[in-house]
Amino acid sequence: MITALVLLGVILLRGVHFDILQPAGDIARQQRDLMVIVLSLIGIVVVPIFIMLGWFAWRYREGNHKSKKDDYKPEWHENTLLEVLWWGIPIAIIAVLAVIAWQTSHSLDPYKKIESNTATIEVQVVALQWKWLFIYPQLGVATVNKLPIPEKTPIHFTISADAPMSSFWVPTLGSQIYAMNGMSSQLSLIADRTGEFAGVSSNINGKGYSDMKFTVYSQTDADFKAWVASAQQSANMMDDKTYARLATPGLADETSYMLMDNMLYDKVVNKYMHGMSHGDSTGGTHVMPDGSMMKNSDVQTMEGM
Amino acid sequence: MEWLIGRFDLSYLPSDPITMGAAIGMPLILIAIVAALTYFKKWKWLWTEWITTVDAKKIGIMYAIVAIIMLIRGGADALMLRASTAVSGPGGTQLFETDTFQQVFTAHGTIMIFFVAMGLMFALFNIAVPLMIGARDVAFPFLNSMSFWLFFAGMILVNASLVVGGFSNGGWLGYPPLTELQYNPGPGVDYWIWSLQIAGIGSLLSGVNFFVTIVKCRAKGMKLMKMPIFVWSVFVTTVLIMISFPMLTASLGMLSLDRLAGMHFFTSDAGGNPMMYINLIWAWGHPEVYILVMPAFGIFSEVVATFARKRLFGYKTMVWALIAIMFFSFVVWQHHFFTMGAGANVNAFFGIMTMVIAIPTGVKLFNWIFTMYKGKIDFKAPMVWFMCFAVTFTIGGVTGVLMSIPAIDFQVHNSMFLVAHFHNVIIGGVIFGYLAGLTYWFPKLFGFRLHDRLGRWSAYFWMVGFMLAFMPLYALGLMGAVRRLDHYDDPAWIPFFVVSAVGVVVIGIGLGLFILQIFYSVWKRKTLRDTTGDPWNGRTLEWSVPSPAPHYNFAIEPTVSRIDEWWYQKQDGVSVPKDKDYKDIVLPKNTSLGFLIGMAALALGVGLIWHIWWLVIVSFVGLVLFVIRRSMDDFTEHTLPAGEVMRMDREARGI
Amino acid sequence: MNDGEITQKRDRHQLGFWAYIMTDCMLFASMFATYMILKNATAGGPGASQLFDLGYALLLTILLLTSSYTVGLANLALHNNRRKEFIGYVAATIILGVSFLVLELREFAVLIHEGHGPDASAFLSAFFTLVGLHGAHIAVGLLWAIVLAWALYRQGRHEDIKRKFGLFSTYWHFLDVVWIFIFTIVYALGVA
Repeated sequence: MITALVLLGVILLRGVHFDILQPAGDIARQQRDLMVIVLSLIGIVVVPIFIMLGWFAWRYREGNHKSKKDDYKPEWHENTLLEVLWWGIPIAIIAVLAVIAWQTSHSLDPYKKIESNTATIEVQVVALQWKWLFIYPQLGVATVNKLPIPEKTPIHFTISADAPMSSFWVPTLGSQIYAMNGMSSQLSLIADRTGEFAGVSSNINGKGYSDMKFTVYSQTDADFKAWVASAQQSANMMDDKTYARLATPGLADETSYMLMDNMLYDKVVNKYMHGMSHGDSTGGTHVMPDGSMMKNSDVQTMEGM
Repeated sequence: MEWLIGRFDLSYLPSDPITMGAAIGMPLILIAIVAALTYFKKWKWLWTEWITTVDAKKIGIMYAIVAIIMLIRGGADALMLRASTAVSGPGGTQLFETDTFQQVFTAHGTIMIFFVAMGLMFALFNIAVPLMIGARDVAFPFLNSMSFWLFFAGMILVNASLVVGGFSNGGWLGYPPLTELQYNPGPGVDYWIWSLQIAGIGSLLSGVNFFVTIVKCRAKGMKLMKMPIFVWSVFVTTVLIMISFPMLTASLGMLSLDRLAGMHFFTSDAGGNPMMYINLIWAWGHPEVYILVMPAFGIFSEVVATFARKRLFGYKTMVWALIAIMFFSFVVWQHHFFTMGAGANVNAFFGIMTMVIAIPTGVKLFNWIFTMYKGKIDFKAPMVWFMCFAVTFTIGGVTGVLMSIPAIDFQVHNSMFLVAHFHNVIIGGVIFGYLAGLTYWFPKLFGFRLHDRLGRWSAYFWMVGFMLAFMPLYALGLMGAVRRLDHYDDPAWIPFFVVSAVGVVVIGIGLGLFILQIFYSVWKRKTLRDTTGDPWNGRTLEWSVPSPAPHYNFAIEPTVSRIDEWWYQKQDGVSVPKDKDYKDIVLPKNTSLGFLIGMAALALGVGLIWHIWWLVIVSFVGLVLFVIRRSMDDFTEHTLPAGEVMRMDREARGI
Repeated sequence: MNDGEITQKRDRHQLGFWAYIMTDCMLFASMFATYMILKNATAGGPGASQLFDLGYALLLTILLLTSSYTVGLANLALHNNRRKEFIGYVAATIILGVSFLVLELREFAVLIHEGHGPDASAFLSAFFTLVGLHGAHIAVGLLWAIVLAWALYRQGRHEDIKRKFGLFSTYWHFLDVVWIFIFTIVYALGVA
């Protein structure tokens, strides 16, 4: 029986890569460590619950012949000390968790830029039906469904969509954030080694949703520069015509492009902005690739209704 | 022809074998039912005993029947999904087209929440609340009937979509702009909107109904702090229903206006704001899950006290915990979209509020455990369900607190980890609770118990099946698998999806056992008969009336002076009522108007979905006329003379 | 039914009706929140300050508030068992209510005719739906009033009508309060 279980475990776990538990980036690593800490704290309350549940069910079951006379107290229904304990300890633990939640909500805020001596690479992301367009405005290149990045370098993403809402996520590197039409959300990630990492969309946006995958190619600095150089000479051109083709529903292969229009991302976002006038943008700041604020936008986060 | 049949045309009939099979099967079953009713000459019985009834107990039974049938439907959907993902890995095959897959998971979620969980919930409200508070019926019996038939109309619409038109493919909450005309012009989303809108109105009215019932119809002497704790849980739930459901009505209403009248609330263009939809619908959606689970908590409070033969530990704190959960459930909704980019402060606030709810919930667990302490526990099926709940729901709570930390949620949102969490708490909390409640109160309704061993085995299979079906999903989430995928290319995921599929089959066996339990118990009802009306040696008022409970519930209105009144009355010695104690009983008459209003609503829904404008007008006018007719109806009650009551009561008690 | 049961029924119906009003409050609150978020989403078209006429809105307000006054008078008449007076004041309420609706529909028609219908922008969708929802409630109220007046005229059973008209008055005054919010938030603040 045990052998069978172990075998089952081996079969199940062979080749398994727990992206979230075996991160390749600093953001994801912090998040993984956070999960372990939080789980441990919760365990302080939950483990005794399971123990008592099993113990009391066994000890006080009706057919327990070993029970003593004192074991049945049908009117005993109050005890202040116990109540103090099981209100007090959970409150204390939640208080600690609350502090952790507050701190990490800020330290791991997707909008927070990663501090590093290395210069940040800017990538603009447009979620389409059903592919991902990545624009590197500083480097004059663009890609579809592939995201080459240099390792150990902060990548700052500005993310939008020209399609129903998607969610940009590279589990091994860290946080996801929604890609919404007319909005510009931000995310910062960094890979601490080279490798290929899976990227997905985690919000359904139509029929091709399951195929909305991309691959992050974390490369050495030299390899990355080489790729940029070759993409800049690429015969594939990311211009309005190519974009229009990409924006029609369908799948696409991994391709690199020479970027012809530096304002492509802004055009995509502005396509939807026409509906809103000054002071109406909600959720997601409108930030130029270099981080400065867009004109005619007010940052007004959705603080509930 | 367009004016007659709207936008319907033959292309909307199903074309793939599975949906065709369902589309043919369902009407065939309906025809079989009609044939049986005709052959056995039961139409009059159906009409007078069930369709026109305003008796809460019968309405409760109807809710339960619909809910269990929908549980089979939703479970079949789940089986389809997991069978599909078990074989759709790399090198595998797709059992269904993607469009079908997306409709199936949308239908699965919608049906489970709105028709199974809400249905079972209202079933149990109707079955137990009036009896527990010593009342004869709810405050508004006609409204009760109407609410059921609106629920029924919504259920018909969801299932009709299978036969013609197809269902929405936008998930159970239908986020725009995916569900707007731009991306989804067909009738599927409209089916989703109108079945929920119509059923939702029914739910809202039931919320009002049970709120007033609990406030105004309690037995003499039953002060609020002497009510059974299940009634308290229903009470806070009705407050949640009344405050939150209008927001669902508003969200669905605005989406329908976008789709029907070309408006721009949530469209991609002309200023529409999809994020507002997400906020508004989750402002409903979060209270909704507490609406579902709190009555389950209440049921377990009754079950544990009854089967441990011991007073519930900490009644007052249980009440305050319920009230606390009620308040907090209104300030946490944003945790469903931490990843929408609201900023660190907003995320942190909602995250902290979310984890705070864990405190009163945890307290309840401790109180149940210490009710077991120094009790004499009889592990009948309801108590076994409790044990399954305690283990399962706690795990779900752990992952919930985990995800309440925004920074962690960024990594698990919309992954299979999330799917595992919410099934964990809904199946472990809501389903186990409601199945326990059905088992617990079954004898009161029908006069015989459910077969206990089959019930326990049903629970075991549900429990094992749940673990097999959902623990692998936690692992998959941590592997970076997102939800709602119909195919994937990481071969390492395959074994996990396979184990999950096996788990769904095991759950299916559990459900099968539960249903078998019902049929078997009907067959063996003589041996399972409840002769005393108090098969569990219960503590609350419903056990003081004969089983099955008579139409009027209590022959003589009870007076209450303490918690667990019936338990202590039994110890003091139950007095036999004298002749003069019996009084005339005024009961509401049956009426067909609840049913007719429901059918008019159904027709209205069909008209709106298919753009059959003449039908919209006719059914709307009909609806209005029926309501006016009801309001003019003055002779809505009939009197049962005291002598008759006395005779029926003595006969039922064998005096 | 005996007196005790009638009182109980009245109590339940009153509480139930107030509970319903609360849910209606939530519905309007959702629409108000929607309006406030979308009021600047004009899609490049005109906004509140260009489209709304405060004087016109004031006229609508006067009509509605007066109708609340007549409802109050009708209630008094009913309590004093003055049947003809009651029907008179109810008729006045209905006339005022219908005038309100007619003028409101006229405002809508003009806007739509000029190309500023609810399908033109999110702002207009929100405006038409919020104000339209209120108008729909008024229409239901008018129908209710007609049915009540006719019921009294036909049956003359005062006690039950008193109870039902009491609920109607609550409903009508509630719609008044909602209108005041609409006047303030949509028209007054919009034009300012």
